[in-house]
Amino acid sequence: MESIQAKQGLVGPNDPIQRTQLPYVTGTSVVALKYKDGILMAADMGGSYGSTIRYKSVERIKPIGKHSLLGASGEISDFQELLRNLDELILYDNMWDDGNSLGPKELHSYLTRVMYNRRNKFDPLWNSLVLGGVKNGQKYLGMVSMIGVNFEDSHVATGFGNHLARPILRDEWHENLSYEDGVKLLEKCMRVLLYRDRSAVNKLQIAKITEEGTTISQPYALKTFWGFTAFQNPTAGAEGSW
Amino acid sequence: MFRNQYDTDVTTWSPAGRLFQVEYAMEAVKQGSAAIGLRSKTHVVLGCVNKANSELSSHQKKIFKVDDHIGVAIAGLTADGRVLSRYMRSECINYSYTYESPLPVGRLVVQLADKAQVCTQRSWKRPYGVGLLVAGLDEKGAHLYYNCPSGNYFEYQAFAIGSRSQAAKTYLERRFENFSESTREDLIKDALMAIRETLQGETLKSSICTVAVVGAGEPFHILDQETVQKLIDSFEIAGTEEGPAAAPDSAAEGGSAAEGGAASEQGAPAGEGVAPMDI
Repeated sequence: MESIQAKQGLVGPNDPIQRTQLPYVTGTSVVALKYKDGILMAADMGGSYGSTIRYKSVERIKPIGKHSLLGASGEISDFQELLRNLDELILYDNMWDDGNSLGPKELHSYLTRVMYNRRNKFDPLWNSLVLGGVKNGQKYLGMVSMIGVNFEDSHVATGFGNHLARPILRDEWHENLSYEDGVKLLEKCMRVLLYRDRSAVNKLQIAKITEEGTTISQPYALKTFWGFTAFQNPTAGAEGSW
Repeated sequence: MFRNQYDTDVTTWSPAGRLFQVEYAMEAVKQGSAAIGLRSKTHVVLGCVNKANSELSSHQKKIFKVDDHIGVAIAGLTADGRVLSRYMRSECINYSYTYESPLPVGRLVVQLADKAQVCTQRSWKRPYGVGLLVAGLDEKGAHLYYNCPSGNYFEYQAFAIGSRSQAAKTYLERRFENFSESTREDLIKDALMAIRETLQGETLKSSICTVAVVGAGEPFHILDQETVQKLIDSFEIAGTEEGPAAAPDSAAEGGSAAEGGAASEQGAPAGEGVAPMDI
């Protein structure tokens, strides 16, 4: 009885303490920013199984309802669980058929509640989520972590992106970026991540959401440059090493 | 309404396909003191007549704030109304907590109607004996709904419930086509005029009525007595015997302030067609 309860993710008062989960198949950084017409979000398509890059066509950005995009890093199966949950939420929202709809702010708040409640049960959804959208001309971009920390900002990043992308965004982001400049800025961040994050793969999607709707680009690769002289003769300064 | 053998409990149909207990519950609404509501594109005004059962007591609270963007006026068993208001407040605050956004009034009204319907289909329950005029905002603008004890709800441009509400309804029917474009002030004036209609000649004073407003950018709030009295005075609608068809001037002429303001604060004699349950 106890073990069945524990398996279903419910922790009763007398149950043995459950360890936090270990993530198995994970996605790496998501980077997003506000631009003139809406939100731009980028994520690569890799699903790592530990140190192996096991899956290379994982879509980590999905549209939610009419007004929002959700990007996730972390455990892919938890992301899929969230998508199922949100699908039902949006379905019920649409069933009211009353001209009201859940916007990005509402979804962000809802996700915060979900993540925080799971964390309190010691059964977290192992994701860092980026929620961006536009509703009635208002742009919204927010983040929720696996422990329920949430905030709103003009540019966000998860995982390694926090360390590598955000400094770039802090320097180079400004209000009313054009679409082209926004994409260039995101690609700059993704390129740095590609060079420096070992779980990154060179196959990414950039998603755009505006008042008109959502577009998620086809997967494409960034141009990289490896012709540095230091790579020609790597052991020049350290004879005997490899 | 005649007493008959099919009205003992709510789960018994009559041969004519009626649920008498539900209909009797709607009678209770008709016995309560009047409540009116009217809306424009951007604002909704609720008003009600307050009758205290004696000069010594305070009057019943009939208008409740449910959230910053929703308020309700009740007629009928005020105890039932209080309980339902608490339910509505609870639903609003829970929604706000999860979504950090106001609950669209249309959805609250459906939840309320479903709750009322349950009581019409359980042998161990009775229908709520209160009619609710729900005023609120959502993405599409301002709305006014009426929730019945039967579990039905309707959206209205303007409506009146409770005793002598027919007089108010007649007044509103004549003017409702203009309400959409009304200014906030005109809407309140029409509300006060409608309330006056239900008083059947009695002087309209702020001590015997309550007015509340909600609008885009204006949270739901009940106007205080002083403000209401000033409005009554400035609109000159205190209790002159001019017929309701006379188009009132909205120009604030001061005028018969003496008649309205100086009148005694004791309010109307009690027991005037007010059912005991309403007190």
